[in-house]
Amino acid sequence: MSAGGDVTASEAVSVGARRELPAFRVSRSTRLHLVVLIVSVGIVVLLASVPIWAQESVTNTLIILFELVALAQMWNLLGGFAGLISVGQQAYIGIGGYGLWFFGDELHVHPFLAVLCAAALAAVVAVPIAPLLFRLRGGYFAIGTWVFAVIVMIIVSNIQSTGGGSGKTVISAALLPRTERIYGTYWVGLVVAVGSILLVYLLLRWKRGLALTSIRDNTLAAESSGVNVFTSKLIVYVVAAFGCGAMGAVVAMNLLRIQPAASFSINWTAYAIFIVVIGGFGSIEGPILGAVIYFALQQTLAQYGSTYFLLPGVLAVVMATKLPRGLWGLVNSRWDIHLFPVRRGLVLEKPAAQPPKAEAPMTAEQATS
Amino acid sequence: MNWVNIALQGVLLGGLYALFAIGLALVFGVMRLVNLAHGDLGILAAFITLAFLRTGHVGLIESAILSIVIMFGVGYVLQRGLLNYTLGTDDTRPIVVTFGLAIIIQNALLLKFSADEQGLDAGSIETASLHISKQIAIGWYPLLVFVLAVVIIAAVQLFLNRTKMGRAFRATSDDREAAELMGMNNRHIYALAMAVSLATVAIGGIALAVRTTFDPTAGSFNLIYAFEAVIMGGMGSLWGTLLGGVILGLAQTLGAQAFGTGWGILCGNVVFLIVLAVRPSGFFARTVTA
Repeated sequence: MSAGGDVTASEAVSVGARRELPAFRVSRSTRLHLVVLIVSVGIVVLLASVPIWAQESVTNTLIILFELVALAQMWNLLGGFAGLISVGQQAYIGIGGYGLWFFGDELHVHPFLAVLCAAALAAVVAVPIAPLLFRLRGGYFAIGTWVFAVIVMIIVSNIQSTGGGSGKTVISAALLPRTERIYGTYWVGLVVAVGSILLVYLLLRWKRGLALTSIRDNTLAAESSGVNVFTSKLIVYVVAAFGCGAMGAVVAMNLLRIQPAASFSINWTAYAIFIVVIGGFGSIEGPILGAVIYFALQQTLAQYGSTYFLLPGVLAVVMATKLPRGLWGLVNSRWDIHLFPVRRGLVLEKPAAQPPKAEAPMTAEQATS
Repeated sequence: MNWVNIALQGVLLGGLYALFAIGLALVFGVMRLVNLAHGDLGILAAFITLAFLRTGHVGLIESAILSIVIMFGVGYVLQRGLLNYTLGTDDTRPIVVTFGLAIIIQNALLLKFSADEQGLDAGSIETASLHISKQIAIGWYPLLVFVLAVVIIAAVQLFLNRTKMGRAFRATSDDREAAELMGMNNRHIYALAMAVSLATVAIGGIALAVRTTFDPTAGSFNLIYAFEAVIMGGMGSLWGTLLGGVILGLAQTLGAQAFGTGWGILCGNVVFLIVLAVRPSGFFARTVTA
């Protein structure tokens, strides 16, 4: 995860550099990121081993956390990085769930492979829809995405072969041997959650990542600087559809059941917004933090029914007005910690004789602010 | 002849959608705010009316008027106390906050009134119909709602064009900084716009509640219909919302007649997508999209 984006100072600014300037280089990775990498790998390995030593109820509950992480990462990719606030990602979650059934039960693809097919289906559906929705801006784009989700839901509820309003059981997944199903669903869920984080990370490390944040900060300025706004947004929208499709397939595999009202429920968007607003917009860390907090809230408050939904609603309103960058934004403004090396900083070159100490980025670029 | 009847019903249904759409168009026009809680606030008004009726002291008309007045006040306070703080920074905040409000309203109503279907009984007018010829008849109640929509649009338009406050609304809409420099209190103007918006959507919510049954989750669909009417009519145009509502109503009723009841709503949505594809600025666009 390191060194890929480093540019030496002599290459970058040597022409203009004056003699009195201390030697520096532009870097994204610091020593902290190496620690983060090691710890993250440790956590993932630990999580991967859970089904071996824990009960089924634990794995079932953790899958919900994985779903929330993936959902929040995808929503934040759209809203936090590309400025596309969607309240209709449930369209792709539902398509993912029904895709699992279609590929698994109808086309007899192995259920675990069908998750990938379902995600691809969601991405394919997103391609023609995106240009239409991009004609709407801001809040109207948001409602437009919702309309699309409603359209897909109505179509699915009215077709007999998808089980109409009462839905279907995902038989191909249900018929798997018990252990294979429980282990497999858990691991697929983990892969989707970790994959969603990596996907966003790689997208931001890619040249297009800078373009994305510039679009979010000022579309007009980005466009006039030569950023292809349409293509960038299209890529993000399709990637987010892919991620939500995979996540929806995991949901369906965990429940073994798909039903229009639940699969295409607006509640998915509600979860995503709560998580990202609590955790923090426009960072990779925020949605992870938010998902863990929301997951804890959900596990403790679920017994209170509608009241439990009131609290996150109030929390979203309060956070969005009082603390718009969320808890992670608060952490950032205090300590300037970034766990993922997606920002570029200037690092002082130490004289070769001394052992290199902590390489703290001196100036943070505004790109991810 | 049956088709003529259906089409007439569709046109009149458009009046109901326009009632929901006027307020959405107004606040977007004045302060570029898209209120995702708009539909739920309309349903809230219907439940407030129901709550007054249940006390047994007041009739339907009085309850409705009380509810509309309350929603006017709610709009002012909501904008002044909360939504004003979300404006002007980025697009994200108002969307998140109004979406949060929608979730709060829905779940608060579920807590208080349960998920049961409710209805407001307006008596014989609900079923009475006007016979134009032997085959063609239209319901008095849908006609009344349509006329109400026309009257309200005309009134709001007159207010915007002829009164001093209306001029302030338009000035703020055109250039909020310049309006502020001229001594206008934008926060007050925004709050008044939201108050008017919620009073109109309250009328829409109550009209809907008399027409059919409703439950706490009915708001989402009303937001979507209102939104489709606004986009098809053209952003910022009030008369456009009536046209958009009529197109939507026609598409839904004719679609339901042609393909079966389950497909009517889908037809409305598909017609919306077609309009969005071929004429994205709607038919009477006036406000520039931000």
